[in-house]
Amino acid sequence: MKRVYPDKDFCIGCHICELACLTAHSKSKDLILAYTVERTGEGLSSCKHVHEGGPTCVALSCRHCDEPACVAACISGALQKDSESGRTVYDREKCVGCWSCLMACPYGAIARHPLEKKIVKCDLCHDRPGGPACVAACPNQALKQEER
Amino acid sequence: MSVTKRKAHEDAMTYVIIGNGVASIGAIEGIRRHDQNGRIVVLGAEDTAAYGRPLISYFLAGSINADQLSLRGDEYYAKNGVELKLGTTVTAIDIARKAVTTDKGETIAYDRLLIATGGVPFIPPIPGVQGQDIYSFTTLAHAQTLIELSGKIKRAVVIGGGLIGLKAAESLFDRGVAVTILELAPRILSAGFDEKAGALAAGRLKKVGIEVNCGVTAKEIQRGKNGRVKGVLLTDGRFLECDVVVVAIGVVPHSSLAKEAGIKVERGIMVDGKLMTSAKDVYAAGDVAQALDQLSGEHRVVPIWPNAYNQGYASGRNMAGAKLPYQGGLPMNSISFYGLPTISVGVVNPPEGDKTFEVHALLDEAKETYRKLVFKDEKLVGYVLVGDIDKAGMYTAFIKFEMPLAGEAKDKLINAGPEVFLWPEKLFDESWNPAPAKAAR
Amino acid sequence: MLFQPINRNYHDFSIVRDKDLCINCKVCIRQCSYEAHFWDESRQKVMHDNAKCVGCHRCEAFCPTSALLIQKKRSDFRDNALWRPEFIKYIYKQADSGGVLLTGMGSPVNIPVYWDKLLLDASQVTNPSIDPLREPMELKTFLGAKPVKLEFSKTKDGSPKLKTRLTPNIELNYPLMFSAMSFGSINFNLHIAMARAATELGICYNTGEGGLHKTLYQYGKNTIVQVASGRFGVHRDYLNAGAGIEIKVGQGAKPGIGGHLPGEKINAMVSETRMVPLGSDAISPAPHHDIYSIEDLHQLIFALKEASEYRVPVSVKIAAVHNVAAIASGIVRAGADIVAIDGMRGGTGAAPGMIRDNVGIPIELALAQVDQRLRDEGIRNRASIVAAGGIRCSADVVKAIALGADACYFATAALLAVGCTLCAKCYTGKCPWGIATNDAKLAKRQNPDVAAKKLVNLVHAWGHEIEEMLGGMGLNSIESLRGNRDKLRAVGLSDTEMDILGVKHAGR
Repeated sequence: MKRVYPDKDFCIGCHICELACLTAHSKSKDLILAYTVERTGEGLSSCKHVHEGGPTCVALSCRHCDEPACVAACISGALQKDSESGRTVYDREKCVGCWSCLMACPYGAIARHPLEKKIVKCDLCHDRPGGPACVAACPNQALKQEER
Repeated sequence: MSVTKRKAHEDAMTYVIIGNGVASIGAIEGIRRHDQNGRIVVLGAEDTAAYGRPLISYFLAGSINADQLSLRGDEYYAKNGVELKLGTTVTAIDIARKAVTTDKGETIAYDRLLIATGGVPFIPPIPGVQGQDIYSFTTLAHAQTLIELSGKIKRAVVIGGGLIGLKAAESLFDRGVAVTILELAPRILSAGFDEKAGALAAGRLKKVGIEVNCGVTAKEIQRGKNGRVKGVLLTDGRFLECDVVVVAIGVVPHSSLAKEAGIKVERGIMVDGKLMTSAKDVYAAGDVAQALDQLSGEHRVVPIWPNAYNQGYASGRNMAGAKLPYQGGLPMNSISFYGLPTISVGVVNPPEGDKTFEVHALLDEAKETYRKLVFKDEKLVGYVLVGDIDKAGMYTAFIKFEMPLAGEAKDKLINAGPEVFLWPEKLFDESWNPAPAKAAR
Repeated sequence: MLFQPINRNYHDFSIVRDKDLCINCKVCIRQCSYEAHFWDESRQKVMHDNAKCVGCHRCEAFCPTSALLIQKKRSDFRDNALWRPEFIKYIYKQADSGGVLLTGMGSPVNIPVYWDKLLLDASQVTNPSIDPLREPMELKTFLGAKPVKLEFSKTKDGSPKLKTRLTPNIELNYPLMFSAMSFGSINFNLHIAMARAATELGICYNTGEGGLHKTLYQYGKNTIVQVASGRFGVHRDYLNAGAGIEIKVGQGAKPGIGGHLPGEKINAMVSETRMVPLGSDAISPAPHHDIYSIEDLHQLIFALKEASEYRVPVSVKIAAVHNVAAIASGIVRAGADIVAIDGMRGGTGAAPGMIRDNVGIPIELALAQVDQRLRDEGIRNRASIVAAGGIRCSADVVKAIALGADACYFATAALLAVGCTLCAKCYTGKCPWGIATNDAKLAKRQNPDVAAKKLVNLVHAWGHEIEEMLGGMGLNSIESLRGNRDKLRAVGLSDTEMDILGVKHAGR
């Protein structure tokens, strides 16, 4: 499957991927509304997170592992592996906010929703025509979606 | 969703799975990763498809509906070509003839058998403990009964201040029942948490009005003439009036079937590195199995959800012929008490006085946050987080991947928290940005 | 804003932030290496300090809501044709610092751009134009000495055999090369990008005077290695690593002075490549201390030819100055295979502004004179001419070739291709575009994959345009245009200028 691979050598820490992710997952699909209204009012969050350590930075999100620790830990069946697409899919309705996935994922790729007992996790923008918004927005090709 | 058509070859394998919990689900997914055609038969004693057992406290509390309990949805079994026989209890395993017999009088032959019968609640020999109004709160049926009762009952006593006991207390309380918790140990959550984390959780429970009594337990459960529970007499002489008692002291492996079949059982069913029992082609997974523990390198019964799935998955793959060793389990628990999230992973209570462990603990009572890190041999081996749990997974990584943490890296972890840049370069690249396959270039 | 130098507010740019569009996402803060944008904790919003803005436009380019506009500050001094604002500001700065005014990039001063005064011809009726999409068009260029004539002998079976011994040439698919920008002045990512782009295009890039990192030796076929007065990074392997060797005598942006790489830009990799101590200034002397005459130059040229076993041509690069034609003649007679002339508008990583803006002459005039002089002396075939310093577009290239150049060096255009906005602060080492900086956090803003692609695209684009212009003139080979000044006409130039350029006025 095509996954998103981050290149820490060329991630410039601009955080534009986070803004793209936020917009892609917003209701308005408008950055300004997504960032000001939906983020602060409804807890809209980015699935992508830029990690920074000195001059190095890298934008990480769910790896969609072959054998995801989050799926093993999920008590509600909200996280499952989709055998057709290979994605680790999240069903918001089933999630009870037990945070087991957040504990089990050794990649730190799952975050708590700031307001609700739900998680925030990358869905690879599977229904977005141009593919993952973060990849499309990265100004330095430090995020690539490809088969490896 | 389309139902995958599977051809039943003559040489197709028959996999029989005893038990219909999460280990069983893991096994189905493990088998189907390699074998699309094999016949899978799941025998479940309960009459519902696999459900999230820990969800029963959410169900009891009223935060989810019955239709949200199912772990994989209605079409799952058909889609994966699984024959699901519910309400069916296996009465015997014949390892010589490679067949199991059920309480319905059916005999089912297997090529590979998985025993995933889970655990049974441990009921201590307290006078009065047998009879009605006593619940172990480990099955959906118990939760359903308690929901029905909750309008009628006023007081409940929960024996056991572990995770199940506390969650049972919380959900009963949410149903308007006054709850008292009894814990024999000097503090609640003594197994997975340390004193400070336990105290924060206890504080949260007390704040909402749940009574927590430590260092005390039930001496006798007293019943009225009608046989109904009247109350609990405590070891300190007090008497607590109540309508129901929840016994949540723990679970023990449900290994009797295996034992009777002549399979080697210690605390649980002994399994090898590929989760096969002493009997050929018979595997065990989940709360019933005594399997590899990653940190100690020993075989232990660690009845936690992720281990059950992982063991099920690994046994499934091995039953299907993948020949992959089981990586070993890691104790981990994530649970919230009235919105106070807590997570504990690995070794959190190192033996007292053992100088090979190094502990760094940070408590902020005002913020209700706590963090405890346990190191051994310059590696992180355990942690507890209360309140601020957002970086939990990143801590887990250091334990799971056994990353070396010496000097500056360890200081950074302690002072600034876990960070992906503390990972060894090679692990980072392999995990996040592996070199593209030659053909893809 | 109290307690500050009185001239602090005489800054060049203003940052205009659209309040409706700014979402306080802090992208601008992270992009600005001059800290012009900052998070104001008390106001809980992004603020800016106009005085720190260098006008690089990085924030404007990256602002995801297009909320930023960088403008020239609209505060004017009283009009004065003599005391233009830049001179007033120079004085304030120097009165404060007592130092030489440093700057970067090419000169912005308003001296005539002759490219704009020259127009190209096109065929009509009698000599039909050629469509490059349908017919072959040759841009291939060979740099190096050409024989006066070719002699052939006959083999036993009667077929001809070339008797004349040819000297080594550099083969280019386009009459273009990336000019010298040293590793150190620009960072390694751009060196890789140039090396890869040159290789893909079949042209050359020039190492500049900072040596060549070992990992780039693999691109040697498309590399010209430079030897400058500081001799940084020069050793036997280096001299043998490229397809040509260039002796840098002068640079158009700063004729008469040597290069200066501040110690802050000398990290471990630069230090290793340049063979200079970590963190110490790398200062090239103004002259080569072994060249005080044409005879000395001759010695150095042949020393380098010896060192490289006569396998590659040797170029000599000089700044375009007053007696450039005579100097070029001497260079060719000293044995150079290529003469590179760098005009006064050429770029630099660091130069005193007074020198950049006041020393040297435009490349157009220098090129025309050098070509003419070498022809007059009958030695034009002994060396190729490469024109540099202010080549902006494909038409400039075509005009340069018509004026007598064999190929053009271009660097400022290459930097623009990868994001440069000519803010001219290269000497600070804080280039927000990740070009003229070795700061790890800034340098990674240039991903070689992206940069190489952009460079390749630019040359492809120019190549197509050159073919169109050649075809329009009825030519199907760049060779037919070389020194073909009849294809040029001047507009609005004086007789003297036209005489120097060797072109007729438009209409004639």
